[in-house]
Amino acid sequence: MATNTRRAVMLDRALLLRAMLDALRKLDPRRLVRNPVIFVTEIVAILVTLLAGRAALLGEPFGFQASIALWLWLTVLFATFAEAVAEGRGRAQADSLRRTRSDTPARLLLRADDRTLWQPRAATELRVGDIVLVEAGDLIPSDGEVVEGIASVNEAAVTGESAPVIRESGGDRSAVTGGTLVVSDWIVVRITAAAGSTFLDRMIGLVEGAARQKTPNEIALDILLAGMTIIFLIAVATLVGFASWNGQPPSVPVLAALLVTLIPTTIGGLLSAIGIAGMDRLVRFNVLATSGRAVEAAGDVDVLLLDKTGTITLGNRQAAGFIPVPGVTEREVAEAAMLSSLADETPEGRSILALARERFGIEAPALPQGAQVIPFTAQTRLSGLDLPQGRYRKGAVDALVRSIGGAAPPALRDAVDRIARAGGTPLAVARNGQLLGAIELKDIVKTGMRARFDALRRMGIRTVMVTGDNRLTAAAIAAEAGVDDFIAEATPEDKLAYIRKAQAEGRLVAMAGDGTNDAPALAQADVGLAMQTGTQAAREAGNMVDLDSDPTKLIEVVEIGKQLLITRGALTTFSIANDVAKYFAILPAIFVASYPELGALNLMRLASPESAILSAVIFNALIIVALVPLALRGVGYAAVGAASLLRRNLLVYGLGGIVAPFIGIKIIDVILTLLGLA
Amino acid sequence: MTLLGWAQIALVLAAIIAAAIPLGRYIAAVAAGRVTFLAPVERAFYVLGGIDPGRGMGWRGYTLAMLAANAAGFVLLYALLRLQGALPLNPQGFDGIPPWLAFNTAISFVTNTNWQAYSGEAAMSYLSQMAGLAVQNFLSAATGMALALALCRAFVAGGVSELGNFWADLVRMTLYVLLPLAILVGAAFVAMGMPQTLSAYVEATTLEGATQTIPLGPVAFQVAIKHLGTNGGGFFGVNSAHPFEGPSALATSLQIWAHQVIPFAMALAFGHIVGDRRQGLALAAVMLGFVVAGTAAIYAAEAAGNPLHLAAGLDPSQGNMEGKEVRFGQALVALFTATTTGASNGAVNAMFDSFTPFGGLVPLFLIQLGEVLPGGAGSGLYGMIVFVLLAVFVAGLMVGRTPEYLGKKVQAREIKLAMLAVLVLPAVILGFTAVSLVLPAAIASIQDAGPHGLTEMLYAYSSAAGNNGSAFGGLTADTPWLDTTLGIAMALGRFAYVVPVMAIAGALAAKPKLAASAGTFPTHGPLFAGLLAGVILILGGLQFMPALALGPIAEHFLLFAGKTF
Repeated sequence: MATNTRRAVMLDRALLLRAMLDALRKLDPRRLVRNPVIFVTEIVAILVTLLAGRAALLGEPFGFQASIALWLWLTVLFATFAEAVAEGRGRAQADSLRRTRSDTPARLLLRADDRTLWQPRAATELRVGDIVLVEAGDLIPSDGEVVEGIASVNEAAVTGESAPVIRESGGDRSAVTGGTLVVSDWIVVRITAAAGSTFLDRMIGLVEGAARQKTPNEIALDILLAGMTIIFLIAVATLVGFASWNGQPPSVPVLAALLVTLIPTTIGGLLSAIGIAGMDRLVRFNVLATSGRAVEAAGDVDVLLLDKTGTITLGNRQAAGFIPVPGVTEREVAEAAMLSSLADETPEGRSILALARERFGIEAPALPQGAQVIPFTAQTRLSGLDLPQGRYRKGAVDALVRSIGGAAPPALRDAVDRIARAGGTPLAVARNGQLLGAIELKDIVKTGMRARFDALRRMGIRTVMVTGDNRLTAAAIAAEAGVDDFIAEATPEDKLAYIRKAQAEGRLVAMAGDGTNDAPALAQADVGLAMQTGTQAAREAGNMVDLDSDPTKLIEVVEIGKQLLITRGALTTFSIANDVAKYFAILPAIFVASYPELGALNLMRLASPESAILSAVIFNALIIVALVPLALRGVGYAAVGAASLLRRNLLVYGLGGIVAPFIGIKIIDVILTLLGLA
Repeated sequence: MTLLGWAQIALVLAAIIAAAIPLGRYIAAVAAGRVTFLAPVERAFYVLGGIDPGRGMGWRGYTLAMLAANAAGFVLLYALLRLQGALPLNPQGFDGIPPWLAFNTAISFVTNTNWQAYSGEAAMSYLSQMAGLAVQNFLSAATGMALALALCRAFVAGGVSELGNFWADLVRMTLYVLLPLAILVGAAFVAMGMPQTLSAYVEATTLEGATQTIPLGPVAFQVAIKHLGTNGGGFFGVNSAHPFEGPSALATSLQIWAHQVIPFAMALAFGHIVGDRRQGLALAAVMLGFVVAGTAAIYAAEAAGNPLHLAAGLDPSQGNMEGKEVRFGQALVALFTATTTGASNGAVNAMFDSFTPFGGLVPLFLIQLGEVLPGGAGSGLYGMIVFVLLAVFVAGLMVGRTPEYLGKKVQAREIKLAMLAVLVLPAVILGFTAVSLVLPAAIASIQDAGPHGLTEMLYAYSSAAGNNGSAFGGLTADTPWLDTTLGIAMALGRFAYVVPVMAIAGALAAKPKLAASAGTFPTHGPLFAGLLAGVILILGGLQFMPALALGPIAEHFLLFAGKTF
């Protein structure tokens, strides 16, 4: 598994330098207007700068005004810098992705059924529906569907995993990604994405943040912050009237300082950085979300649909025994099972041959001439082989019994129940329409899954195991793995129905899937994690793609979503809680001229009104920079219930948000006084 | 402060809670149409009005019906006040109320504010009192309750477009809740010695031989609804401090009970309606916490007394008794003041202008916090839910889910509307006060200099915008500027607030109702109550801090430095 191959781009010097330049560029008010809090700060900074300039021209003292102006500008700059750093880290990844694109001409087939007739065509000029030939050593020109052939493809460009994967026509591994390299054989590909809208293009756009739109929750939070800004604007503007009732109204720079420290600049400055960093964490985890909305939805998920095989269990079920019905020998069952599995290339099928050899020394013959293979389908749920000497079938017990007609003998039913209760999977074996017995397949639950499901349950998330097994088998494995519910004998329709039902009950559902038949369910789910190895249909239907094709990662995706939301909430709470201390710093400083007795409110014993105001403004600016690492890294997340999570975060960010500025402002005041700056 | 004082406070609060619990369940039952003992009367109203009580209204229809009813109420009341001189039941022969004052008074009673720029016994005919003011006391309270019920229904189920029928809610709240309670409480007040008569004022000869006019009137039952409906408009100018309007400690206690029981019951009814009693309990607990804290703050400030009086040799055990009736004492005055300002009632049994600066700060701040502690009949609950939505939105993210309340996602539209509503109070209070502190025509109304004078003006607009109606005193309120702007402040405080709230109800009702899980933000229990209290203080209170610093806070420190105004 190639998790985390896309290593975190460190905050290196080049990145920081570029971010600083970007931060300056972002000062353009036309761009900044998207961020109401920081926009207001910039307007105020311009105003105070002009006032300081006028004072300087008139030969009046302007040091205090200039200091406030400076720190207001730094507040704006730190906010744009936070966003620039977050974007910069994504851009570094995008650059490495972009390098993998190439302009090698593609071989456009003139006729779909003739591989010899082709003409060169630039990848950028390919249209959807074009058929191209890709041979060993070629880059696949664009996203597409394999319509013919089989090849091994190196997809390191998108997945970071250098071991080649098989791509073939039909089945669930038919999707190919533009920019990946065919390393052996050849495939004919029907193009499904025009230049500029390929998977790789989307990926570049996403990690770069260019395609980034505000998520619904960000928009709502922006409205809250804008509303608070207006409220404090009213409070500060009306202060002119209040203060003129008794004595002199405070000067504009002082009012500006009060306003900027009261409006939520901290969260306003960090909000977009938090969002970008959240997407970035997901990308680093080799999961691509089509939108930030999907990441938010991941945090809200309360039902996880997980496929049993490969996700909960190791996926290679092994044959563990042959159980004959009365009148049949164990060896007969083994032989029939072996013959019915001759053409079965699945690990289960191989394990049946291995068990037959091990128990009875039955060597599997080569597939005889004239043998007719009955392939497994989701509808029949059985497979087998027609040989001259007989028709051999194995498959799901109820399916096989139904195909023969009639009822299962009681002895078989007992055996099947016993296997299922033990967590195994029973397969029935028949020869010429006569039931011979059962094969016991055993499934192994991955280690550590139980603990993860327990953690999910504490987070309020129900896990549902989806399996094609019968109810008894499913129940036994469900109990062993510790999931909350299971869907047995699941068809794609069952999955879809289950998701719809959960959603009707007011739950948000996440699922992982890869096959074309998963597409409707992936589309219906609130979070659909498609596997990179899956079909194009599945990748289109989901709103996230896992480049490692590891469905277990659905759990981490949920955690990343939650972490993003927690970080946003924690910094919002912190930012708003900060206001209390700022009042105690600035209000006595502003009014002490009119009412010296209000100095009693100067709890922090700040040295002078000027140093108090300046310290509050400086704290307000520096706290943005101080919190950038937290915004980028995310607040630590533990899988505990909402109540204890809230208690802890309220304590740290709510109470901490009230206390921290008292300490911070006092320290800055002491330093300013020691330096003789105010 | 004395133990006996606290025992009085505890006793009254216990009586409030004990009654609010069954009343909450009863109001929920009435709201659901399950109470029918007056069905024939109820039906008569529907037939007369051509109303189908079963026809649900969307938020727009509900709001428009409410606005129409209130507009009609305003016009009728305005006409009645202007024409009272020509109408019957006017034994004292009062003239019609002048236009500015009639405008101010009509808005005041329609918005459940009951700000009074007149003195009842010197201006209002019995007809105006009974058919005008008392009627609006019922209707404005029932309007608030109906609006709150509509908001409650938004949380019940998913994908709903209808919030109930405004007319049915109005009739049911009046008929089954306000009227029976008013009859009981009114009868009790008669028994306690309040007048209830239509006879003219009585001429009496005092011991010195002077003649004194003793005003009378249908006082007891109007006072009952004045408190039950959290209206607060006194029959007499000095409100519950008048011996006929607050004859005894027992009567004042019953008044406190009456203006608290419905707001608390509404919070508990919310729990019943949304199907989770704990949700209502959490809101009621926060309300009660603020009532107790506010009472304690006033009680402590007044019991400690005025440092200058103490320095002059006054008995320290008396505390500050200026402006207070000895038959009530400081404990009941403190409780009355905290509850009447926390509940948007506005009745007073003491003069705030004479409180210590800190004692006067508390009622002012309780009003500015948004009249949600416990707030007016109905209006307290819907105001509280707006704060809940903001609390859930700010802190809800910290559990790793996008914010939701009772299974309804709180998103951009709700936040936009909630911020619109929350903006009303600071914009109206701070805006009008700031202008009035520089406008010569307004400044002329202010009696005192310095921070005390500022407080007088700030209090007036806070009281109007918060739909409280109590007066701080020291302000000549019946001027064209104040009558008009305070009238506008009252109208904005009520309707500019409630229209966005109803839009929130509509938006939330339409959303799917999500199931709760262990990962859901818990909106009950002490942790949430503490969070909600913090959000009320920070989002509801911080913006008033600069103004308060120049008013009562400055005065407090100046007083202790020996300066008075």
